[in-house]
Amino acid sequence: MAHILLRNRDIADIWQFETYVAHGGYEGLRKAIKEHTPAEVIQIVMDSNLRGRGGAGFPTGRKWSFIPKDAPIKYVVVNADESEPGTFKDRELLEKNPHQVIEGAMIAAYAIQATAVYVYCRGEFWDLAHALEERIEEARRANLLGEDILGSGWSCNMYVHLGAGAYICGEESALLNSLQGLLGQPRVRPPFPAQMGGGLYYQPTVVNNVETLANVPWIVLNGAAAYKEIGTPESPGPKIFCVSGHVERPGNYELPLGLTFRELIYEHAGGIPNGKRLKGILPSGASGPVLRATDEVLDAPLTYESVAALGSTLGSASFILMDEDTDMVWAAAKMIHFFKHESCGKCTPCREGTYWLERIYERLLDGRGTPRDLELLESVPRQIQGLTLCALGDFACNPVLSTLQHFREEYERYVGLTDAVPQAAIAGA
Amino acid sequence: MLAEKYADRIAKIFAKYPDKRSGVMALLYLAQEEYGWVTPEALEEVAALCDIDPTQVQSIAGFYTMYSEKPKGRYWLQVCTDLPCALRGADEFYRQLCEYLGLSEEGGTTADGLFTVEPVMCLAACDKAPMLQCNFHYHENLDMEKMKALIEQWRAEASRSDGDRG
Repeated sequence: MAHILLRNRDIADIWQFETYVAHGGYEGLRKAIKEHTPAEVIQIVMDSNLRGRGGAGFPTGRKWSFIPKDAPIKYVVVNADESEPGTFKDRELLEKNPHQVIEGAMIAAYAIQATAVYVYCRGEFWDLAHALEERIEEARRANLLGEDILGSGWSCNMYVHLGAGAYICGEESALLNSLQGLLGQPRVRPPFPAQMGGGLYYQPTVVNNVETLANVPWIVLNGAAAYKEIGTPESPGPKIFCVSGHVERPGNYELPLGLTFRELIYEHAGGIPNGKRLKGILPSGASGPVLRATDEVLDAPLTYESVAALGSTLGSASFILMDEDTDMVWAAAKMIHFFKHESCGKCTPCREGTYWLERIYERLLDGRGTPRDLELLESVPRQIQGLTLCALGDFACNPVLSTLQHFREEYERYVGLTDAVPQAAIAGA
Repeated sequence: MLAEKYADRIAKIFAKYPDKRSGVMALLYLAQEEYGWVTPEALEEVAALCDIDPTQVQSIAGFYTMYSEKPKGRYWLQVCTDLPCALRGADEFYRQLCEYLGLSEEGGTTADGLFTVEPVMCLAACDKAPMLQCNFHYHENLDMEKMKALIEQWRAEASRSDGDRG
């Protein structure tokens, strides 16, 4: 099947403006402006049931519809702060198919009648961000952004803003603060970004993920009904699955939502190297709960609903795979180290909680852990979850609680409660 | 002084935003490029340009991992050792890299001031591990053999440019 998002896999050099245009590029934006009112564009995206691809899965059209029509200044912010461990899809889109993201962002901007678009790129996308500025210039020269776009009377510029290395800036309100030159820490909500007082420079703002926006030109060109034929009714459309860790062919896979874990891991990504069996699956990077690779899990469809029903989240669909030899206590410690480092320090439960969780894991891995530490690992998250301004605190609890739930015997070995060799893996390939 | 030397670039930065304060991150990069690290004087300069307090600039410089508040080696190597990379051998790669450069496992800067090595959080290149960024440019699918070749290349590059200066 031809790609809708990773069209760079089908068309060489689609990053070049001329190539992109020669393959129907910017026709979605033209159609939106020439044939539809902004309200109609919002309705089309609402009807498509496109859900945000950054992790939260919020319906994109609804997000756009929250923007007050009469506000004089409105912004679109493209969240290109891709920082979730295991996620590397936005980078491929921005590097290899950048004009599609620019086009999607401009359609979003038209739909809410934005006055400017900012692309917030994580600082490490240094080379990519500088190349993106050139792509934006190409679109400007073709009057696809800037002043009086395509003679419509609507003007909207696009700018790239570089972050400087902070996971928290992928959280939308922290991202907005960072863009304003404030410390990249989350804001109290409400007001939400779409509302007056909640967005960039406190003006109504839509913040969309890169991959989300890359879906939009196709939806406008082909219609909501055609889009809903891809994937499942609740989770329509293509999704880029990032697969990393213990896997034969790591990389991005654009596939319709609704295929099974087994199909993704074994058919597309080539299965687990060295004939090993799969033990743990993180379907949404470090921030979602780990799953034990049982047959029940492997045969479940990859939709927002079904992964939630298994007790995890599809999130940004960042699959980190761990084979039977992986020490799950070590893996949890790695993730806790990450969240402790990336906690912005604003909310006490997260700042202190991640610090103490890391100390406990250090003890466990050093062989100084006691059975009491396992109790602590269960009680500390209770003092973080739901008590922080953003989701980072909750995310930090997930690796702890989910590894305890599914791989408790490995913790018990660390504290001398059992000598039993852990029941290795589960499903045969 | 940044203000005189880079007047055009600074004007371009400010032109992007309705509020000068938004220029602080780009200006910190500019200062780092000019001075090699974010010096106390740089904080003052950036603060004056953005019309904010130096303390606020310092808090921002300290918040992010890509600003350095102390001198670094000429080649600043940040190796991703997060879980997805670690599952593909990044911890061992990092350890061997430090050993090869004569550094402890905490990383640090080599005696000749050429290399700074440190572990870093996820760089969105998990499918191409082990990997690192050197002065903000990515090097992926690495092993120690490729790494040694890169190090020799950088050493040669550095001695060439030192020769030019001499």
